[in-house]
Amino acid sequence: MSGYIQANLVALQTIVVKEVLRFTRIWVQTVLPPAITMALYFVIFGNLIGSQISAMDGFSYIDYIVPGIILMAIISHSYANVVSSFYGAKFQRHVEELLVSPTPSYVILTGFVLGGTMRGLVVGSIVTLVSLLFTSLHVQHPLVLIGTVLMTSVIFSIAGLINAVYANSFDDISIIPTFILTPLSYLGGVFYTIKMLPEFWQQVSLLNPILYLVNAMRFGMLGVSDIELTTSFLIMGVFVLVLGTFALVLLERGVGIKS
Amino acid sequence: MSNAVEITGLRKTYGNGLEALKGVDLTVAEGDFFALLGPNGAGKSTTIGIISSLVRKSAGQVLLFGRDLDREPAAVKSLLGVVPQEFNFNVFEPVQEIIINQGGFYGIKRSEARVRSERLLKLLGLWDKRKGMARELSGGMKRRLMIARALVHNPRLLILDEPTAGVDIEIRRATWDFVRDINRQGTTIILTTHYLEEAESLCRNIAIIDHGEIIEHTAMKELLQRVNKETFVLYTHGSLAGLGSIPQCNLRRIDDSTLEVDIDREQSMNGLFARLQQCGIEVLSLKNKSNRLEQLFLSLLAQKKPGVANDVHEV
Ligand SMILES: Nc1ncnc2c1ncn2[C@@H]1O[C@H](COP(=O)(O)OP(=O)(O)OP(=O)(O)O)[C@@H](O)[C@H]1O
Ligand SMILES: [Mg+2]
Repeated sequence: MSGYIQANLVALQTIVVKEVLRFTRIWVQTVLPPAITMALYFVIFGNLIGSQISAMDGFSYIDYIVPGIILMAIISHSYANVVSSFYGAKFQRHVEELLVSPTPSYVILTGFVLGGTMRGLVVGSIVTLVSLLFTSLHVQHPLVLIGTVLMTSVIFSIAGLINAVYANSFDDISIIPTFILTPLSYLGGVFYTIKMLPEFWQQVSLLNPILYLVNAMRFGMLGVSDIELTTSFLIMGVFVLVLGTFALVLLERGVGIKS
Repeated sequence: MSNAVEITGLRKTYGNGLEALKGVDLTVAEGDFFALLGPNGAGKSTTIGIISSLVRKSAGQVLLFGRDLDREPAAVKSLLGVVPQEFNFNVFEPVQEIIINQGGFYGIKRSEARVRSERLLKLLGLWDKRKGMARELSGGMKRRLMIARALVHNPRLLILDEPTAGVDIEIRRATWDFVRDINRQGTTIILTTHYLEEAESLCRNIAIIDHGEIIEHTAMKELLQRVNKETFVLYTHGSLAGLGSIPQCNLRRIDDSTLEVDIDREQSMNGLFARLQQCGIEVLSLKNKSNRLEQLFLSLLAQKKPGVANDVHEV
């Protein structure tokens, strides 16, 4: 039994190290762009437009949007890391190296998700550093912040893997980011409090899962949120469980990777 | 001795409805050097894909060394090394890393995998290339990289799906020697190839698959004994004009210095040579017109297809 655990730990470590090396080797494409994007967000929304906007929930506009912007970067990069890595492995067929080996599906899933989470954390840290150039950050509840960041990158790493499993071309890997992730992020309360919306749109916003993540993040940093914290974490937990189980079933059945 | 492979009732229908395997039974003894032959599209790679967990079977059972692939996938997978027909490594990964990482997927610690990769890379003549990206390798080197990768966990069964396709003759010979050595050390080998002389010289047992069905499953020796007539080509010196027919010899003059002759298995060639000598014809060299296994192979396939002229590939 300990041999089994030991072997799987070695396999897991192999996948994670490979994944981290992959995105650090191409850092110009993977970690530099978010730094630039963030700087632009801060210049435009924070300094230029933000200075015209009155305080939101008692914070200056730039301070109000920082948590959501950091989280958006984490979301898109965790997702992008796994979807492109796993799709690449499928396309070039080297996913077969894993499939012929005794590595169980849950180890494969965990490995890719940890890789995506690492990318999320690296990008999140870089974006945070960039934001420090524009404002000073407060962290009211560090544990909430860490929990939210981790859960978010896990959720979107798993989602990236699911997308890769179903993707049949390189175009397919940008469908979900373009048509689902970006709109939901913009409508997920990154740039405003939903209290500003009419009642009807407030209710509609509650259907957007990203709203819960952004508000948990904001609670971690600023101590304010439109959503009850436990609700946010409950929703995150449900997403991790449901998506994780689904991804595991896909891998176990070999959907999209075995003919 | 237990069997390395025991396949029963293996069927595969692909998503597009194509029935690639129609109930394949196959047994390979432990320690064997086994040839799985068949024309393009016969189902060789599909069979190998199922054994190596890359293709989902529609029905049937796969046992390796007595263990069921469905029941103990991890244990069965670690007994097996596969060299697939198509390249399936990350071309942007350094050569040695590919082998070390594969070791990692089998639970072999990095330090140990590094030692093993060094040995394998040296054995397969890739040591100088270890640091370069895999895409910098030539086609033949890529095949050898896949052989090295398949051996990193010391499998008891090695399956090679056309390992010598597109490999030059020198490297092909070196690969044969290498694989023969591994077999001598106890590893069971299954080989598919379209070079039948390769199968003939390497393999002790053979199965021929066609249209998803095994049409022959026997010892190589037994199969070759079925060749009861061979055709030889003789290159000669001296006029062939005065040479009439020779009793019991079906002799054909191809040109002024080339003869073709059919000889039955039990027949001696002495009479033929004596007669040629009488006529002042010197035989400079001779060779088999075609490889024996090739003749058999074609005739077996032809028997399966009514309407195809059988006499072309006389056995
Ligand atoms: N992924 C797939 N989807 C649909 N059909 C497939 C697939 N892979 C193989 N086939 C079909 O299954 C049949 C058997 O193919 P297979 O690759 O097993 O043949 P093979 O004996 O390995 O041939 P070759 O000598 O050309 O490699 C062929 O008709 C092929 O077209
Ligand atoms: Mg094939």
